[in-house]
Amino acid sequence: MATTTLVTGARASRSTITLKLLMAASGLVFILYVLAHMYGNLKAFAGHDAYNEYAHHLRTLGEPMLPYEGFLWIMRAVLIVALVVHVYAAVRLGHRAIHARSQRYVVKKNLASSFSSRWMRWGGVAILLFVIWHLINFTIGKVNVAGGETNDPYNLLVDTFDTWWMTVIYLLAMFALALHLHHGTWSAAQTLGLTNNARARRNAKALGWILAVVIAGGFSLVPIFVLAGVISK
Amino acid sequence: MKVTLKIWRQPDAASQGAMHTYELDGVSEDMSFLEMLDVLNEDLVARGEDPVAFDSDCREGICGMCGLMINGQAHGPEVTTTCQLHMRSFKDGDEIVIEPWRADAFPVVKDLVVDRGAFDRIIQAGGYISVNTGSAPEAHSVPVPRDDAVRAFNVATCIGCGACVAACPNGSASLFMGAKVTHLGELPQGQPERDSRVVGMVAQHDAEGFGGCTNIGECTAACPKEIPLDVISRLNWDLHAALRHGH
Repeated sequence: MATTTLVTGARASRSTITLKLLMAASGLVFILYVLAHMYGNLKAFAGHDAYNEYAHHLRTLGEPMLPYEGFLWIMRAVLIVALVVHVYAAVRLGHRAIHARSQRYVVKKNLASSFSSRWMRWGGVAILLFVIWHLINFTIGKVNVAGGETNDPYNLLVDTFDTWWMTVIYLLAMFALALHLHHGTWSAAQTLGLTNNARARRNAKALGWILAVVIAGGFSLVPIFVLAGVISK
Repeated sequence: MKVTLKIWRQPDAASQGAMHTYELDGVSEDMSFLEMLDVLNEDLVARGEDPVAFDSDCREGICGMCGLMINGQAHGPEVTTTCQLHMRSFKDGDEIVIEPWRADAFPVVKDLVVDRGAFDRIIQAGGYISVNTGSAPEAHSVPVPRDDAVRAFNVATCIGCGACVAACPNGSASLFMGAKVTHLGELPQGQPERDSRVVGMVAQHDAEGFGGCTNIGECTAACPKEIPLDVISRLNWDLHAALRHGH
């Protein structure tokens, strides 16, 4: 695909780096969101009433400046835009990468790439599929796999994670999220141009570890403690 | 020592290539990797076969001409260029797989030779500073902070060999561009064209069909000049600046 001519009328906005920038910016939105979401989930440890009150509070947040559920819908709109941008950039860049090497190596060794970095694309697909199921499970469809009530957030949560295979699905998804955050955090910092020396690079990689462990670990606590019987109806 | 070589043979750019196996005996561990291939070629010529085409020029590790994928590693198992790799890095009886750089932007010309003209065009698109020729200006008239000079010099050691592209799972030339952008952008003389440089180089890079960077770090591990990954951060930073400045 190599050309023999020089590009004329080059625009920064049309470059692959701009796609990466979009990827990084939308990724940062997701990082902030999952941090808040994970923190909110820990309310499950405070019991039935506190958890349900928190769920209700999210709907009345910002009233009377915002209408009922106004804050939630603003957040959903931001997340949907971020998702479209993130997936669009990922598909464009993934497609480009495949065509950049149509003839593969017979032998190719990985020397420096982390396990997480090699799973960004498929891990991202796994997280997307999980998010679709997660929304059907708790938001759009409200599916209670134990057959119990669905209009009580706390009971739906406990019924879901009392089912062992649901806990397994959620824990696997959190592993995928941890991998994505581990490489994604550092990669976003690099793409935003914030790692212009060796120390900043080390710090960004350390932040990737911290966010992966805190967020995926924090999320995993609730399903594990439900299955263990600590959080119960 | 005796080695088994599995080498990519391809008569010309238009033909299909394939891996061919050659046994080579009497290899000394003091031979350089390219001398070992020279010995193989003497054998092939003596047998009336077509010798294996590969690129080399200075054989001192400073020109960037040689570059082979050796057992899945760009320039082989040591942090150096292929010409500075020696057979003591291998053992008697080893199987050595030799392939050309694989990137659609680096089309195979013949056997192990690829056309790295895409790099020249990326440089043409902005990897330079415009100065009037003539007598050299007084060096002290433009002070350069020592750290900037050191960094510019360190990344200016990039020889454009293409190992970063060869090692990158996305076939990206970001480390190459980052080295050039950092080298020129650290110095006062590089400032006037800083925005147009990065935009032009990245646009040419994209048009050549190189992939995007995913910050995986295979490039810097393969780089014989150990160009660090932070030059890609600098490249991204400069592109954002150009974006803000309306380029």
